[in-house]
This record gives sequence, C-alpha cells and structure tokens, in this order.
Amino acid sequence: MTTSFADVASSNVALRTFLHGLPGVDRVGADQRAAMLGTRSVKTTAKAEAIDLAIRMVDLTTLEGADTPGKVRAMCAKAVHPDPADPAVPKVAAVCVYPDLVAQAVGALAGSGVKVASVATAFPSGRSSLDVKVADTRLAVEAGADEIDMVIDRGAFLSGDYVKVFEEITAIKEACGRAGGAPGKEHGAHLKVILETGELATYDNVRRASWLAMLAGGDFIKTSTGKVQPAATFPVTMVMLEAVRDFLAATGRAVGVKPAGGIRTTKDAIKMLVLVNEVAGDGWLTPDLFRLGASSVLNDLLMQRQKMATGRYAGPDYFTLD
Amino acid sequence: MSRTESPARLAVRKTYKLYIGGAFPRSESGRSYAVTSSKGEFLANASRASRKDARDAVAAARKAFGGWSGATPYNRGQILYRIAEMLEGRRAQFAAELADAGTKRPGDVVDAAVDRLVWYAGWSDKIAAVAGSANPVAGPYFNISSPEPTGVVAVVAPDDPLLGLVSVVAPVIVTGNTCVVVASERAPLPAVTLAEVLATSDLPGGVVNILTGSAKEIAPWLAGHMDVNALDLTGVSDPGLAVACEEAAAENLKRVLRPAPADRADDWAADPGTRRLTAFLETKTVWHPTGI
Repeated sequence: MTTSFADVASSNVALRTFLHGLPGVDRVGADQRAAMLGTRSVKTTAKAEAIDLAIRMVDLTTLEGADTPGKVRAMCAKAVHPDPADPAVPKVAAVCVYPDLVAQAVGALAGSGVKVASVATAFPSGRSSLDVKVADTRLAVEAGADEIDMVIDRGAFLSGDYVKVFEEITAIKEACGRAGGAPGKEHGAHLKVILETGELATYDNVRRASWLAMLAGGDFIKTSTGKVQPAATFPVTMVMLEAVRDFLAATGRAVGVKPAGGIRTTKDAIKMLVLVNEVAGDGWLTPDLFRLGASSVLNDLLMQRQKMATGRYAGPDYFTLD
Repeated sequence: MSRTESPARLAVRKTYKLYIGGAFPRSESGRSYAVTSSKGEFLANASRASRKDARDAVAAARKAFGGWSGATPYNRGQILYRIAEMLEGRRAQFAAELADAGTKRPGDVVDAAVDRLVWYAGWSDKIAAVAGSANPVAGPYFNISSPEPTGVVAVVAPDDPLLGLVSVVAPVIVTGNTCVVVASERAPLPAVTLAEVLATSDLPGGVVNILTGSAKEIAPWLAGHMDVNALDLTGVSDPGLAVACEEAAAENLKRVLRPAPADRADDWAADPGTRRLTAFLETKTVWHPTGI
C-alpha cells in the first residue's frame, strides 16, 4: 500500500491528525523485545564479520568545545586507518565535526572515501531562529560537508507545533541541496535529523518524530546528540527501525537510522546489528542506511578484532586515545 | 515426657568463589572442582576460573591501578599492616585450613605469613630511598632516579597455600602495582579466606584479584594479555608451561620473574629481601633544571 502523504503537512491540524493517528508503542513490549533481541550470541566467523561491518558503520565523532584543527586531523587519520598496524581493517563511514572544522576534515580526508558529516542548526539545543540555522547549515555545506546532522526543535515538537518542526526540516533540506559550492559535491549533502529521543519522553513521541522527519525529507533519522542521557537505547532504536521499515512499505523510500551516544562496547554494537537485521531487515545492514554514532566504541571494536586475529587479549595501550 | 536430643546441627558450608574487583563472583564459566584434603577427604567445591575470569580480573586490576599507585607509600604500608592484623585475627581458621592441606606446624606458618606482611609493609615508604637515587651530574640539573610501579602484574602463586601466596603478593602490591593471582590449584581454600581478609582490610577493590583453578589453563592467557605489564612465574613448576608463558609475555615486553630452581635468593621461602620488591619496579630517571 503505497500511500501519498502530499496533503499530510498541509496544516498543523492535518499533520497532528496524521501523527496522532499512528499506532501507539507498547512500552513494556518494546522494552522486552529489544532486551530479547540483545541476548543473541554472535561468535567466531559471524562475530568477525559483524565487527568489520560495525567498523564500516562508525561515524567517528568529536563534538567538544575544545576541538582543535589538530584533533580533527588526528581523528581523520584514524578514520582512514583505524588500526595503522593492520591494513586489513576497513575504513569508518564518516567523521562528524562542528561546521567550522569541516574544512579541516575535508582536507584531511580528500580522496579517502570517508565522508565528512557536520552538525548544524544550533547544535545541540536547536534553540535559534530559522535564519541562523539555515546559515549554519550553509556554512557546513559550502565547506564541503557530505552529510548534515540537524537537530529538531524539541520545544516546538513537544508543544504540538508540528508544522514548525516540519518546515524547519524542509528548509534545512533545501539549504543542504542548494549550496553545493565545493567541486564534486554539487549534489548537496545528505540530511540526518536528530530527534534527541532522551528529551521526547515517550516511545509514541519517538515514533511521531521519526515519521515527521521522514515526511519532511530527512535521509537519516538519528537518535540523539550525545549530550543528553539517556541516548541511544535499544528500545528507542527499535522503534525508529520500525518506523523506517513502515515508511519504506508506505512510500518506497528507504531512510537510514543512526543511533548515537552510549554505545561503548563491541557487544552493544553487535546487539544493534542484530536489532537492525531483525526489525528492519538485512537491507539496512549497510553503512548507507545504518550508522553508529560513537567514537569510544571504535577502540573496543579494534581490540576485539585484534583478539580474534591474534588469539590474545588486546590492551588499550596499543590504540589511540580519543 | 522425656527430653529429646536436639538433632545434630548442620554446618553452614561456605561457597568458595573468586575474588575480582573487590567482589566475590562465581566463575563466568560456571565450573567448579572438588578440593580434597591431603588425606583425600572432600573439603569443598572451589570455582575453576576461565580465561574470561582472567580477562575480567585484568580489567579490574587496571581500573584499580591509578588509585593504588597514586596513594602514598605510607598509606599502602598502613593497609598492608592492616591486612596482617586481620590475618592474625583469623589465625585459627587459617591454621585449620592449612592442617587440612597437609601443612606441618600450621600455626607457625600463619605466624610466618603475618610476619612477612609486616616485613613488606615496613618497606613501603623506604624502598624508594634504596632503589632510587639522586644522581650527581654535570650542568645545572638535578637528576633523580625514582622507582615506579610497573602496572598490572599477573602472578602464579606457589603451591604453598598461604605463606607462598602472601610472599608473592605482598611485595607486588606494596610498591603500588595491582595484581591478578592464580592461587594454588591443590589447596585453594586459604587463598579464598585470604580474599575475605583482603576484602575487610581497607585494600581498594581490584588491587588483588584471586583466581582459583588451573594455572596451566589460565596462565598462558594472562601471559599473552596485552594489558598486563609483568608476570611472576614463581609458582609454575612445569618448565614447558613456563617457557610458553615467557614467549607469550615477550609480545608486549612484560617484565618476567622466573626464579631458577637452584637460586635460593630468589626463592619465596627464603628470608625476604628487596629482590621481589625491585623486580616489579621500573626506574624512571628525571632531569630537572635547577635555578640559575
């Protein structure tokens, strides 16, 4: 059943009627199903595959006030060669930085195939005027960012002003597509929409925000900024994966999912992959449609990879600090 | 109505578990083995630790290292002295366990273990003066060599259930290292009781982690672990296993202590000197400009 959603966003009432017409999420059931899927045991060759896939899905992220060009360059070097001692380790999917450091990252990653993502729109709070948010986005896109991670206005969402959120997303989407200043990047940037699920309070709201972001044209929906706890929990990721699965069935467009924040161990990363496979299907098991927003998990993935390759336990002394 | 004899009271048997990170977990593998006395009578079931328990123990030891190595030597000495006090307080229990394990004159052995702890406790704030130095150099520099703890030390304890264990653990931790110890497989019960002493004597959790089980199974994993900084093979009697462990330890240049069988001075049973203290210290030399 391919439905047209053309009229859904015609007014706040229509949008509200549609979003509140979505089936509710059974909180207990969602928690239990996510926990149950987390008990799968993935070992030996399957684990080796999963570790490599997880490394290819990592968005290596640094979003600190204290970020320096040097730190960004070091992170880019790690993104291309996560383990300098082992050339068989795949590259990560992207690095994620603040807009003013995009140029540094683009320079350091030129020709490597690793994408540059930038947060924008008054990250992480999203509390600014639309003009500022659009300007922020253009700054990043013109510097050469391949992907823009925007935050939604949670205040507007929670107060029921869905049209404002919708229009902001469409405006940012337009800003992503239009600029295309950098050579080779004329097609513009992918848009990831950060829902900040830690502030949305309920799974119903997560489902509504997911649909809202997808209707407005987001290419990815992302759980969190990483600045708010709880961040990417398994049930929340599962609700978002259900949303992209249903959206594909309804419209034929595949939207990606990016859990971000709180994923620290290989075990967590593999649980996420199990969740993707079981909820959305193996079509999503690609870096084009699923990302892991985390940086500390990369070292654990590398340590596990080395343990499997050498048969001895690895130590953190032999991997970079970040 | 005649008085009936009360039924014989059932003894409350202790469950012998591992000691990791200040807690007493069961083995991750869920395995256990029967411990028998020297006469072959069943005493208890002890946990048979797996490589994953060793991994968890190393993680706990690493976590504890910063705080323990950063504590003042005086403080570490006080805590060792406290361990000696607590051990003395359980003298009867240790003596009974050692008697079961076939130790001759068990009371004297417990006293010797207490004395050894006190000996090493006394060294805590003095070893730096002996192993370190202020070096005379030309130029406007003050040059000092100071001994620093190596890090996480994996220890295979000798088969002597209490004195052997105390003699290898005390010199490792008093200088600021943290350790993972594989206790005697034959007689692990005094080691588990020692863990209870450690848990109640101000020693931060994770400084000493005690695993019971087969050294043959666990030691190679500890020897190869890249987050272990040093290895004490005093308790490894099988030369093949010792060589395999040394080879694995070479991978990240661990410090290895493996006393030659004939070397009395290196033997844990000999009168303690400072050799076991300095074996797990690394000397750092610092040039510091003096005011001109």
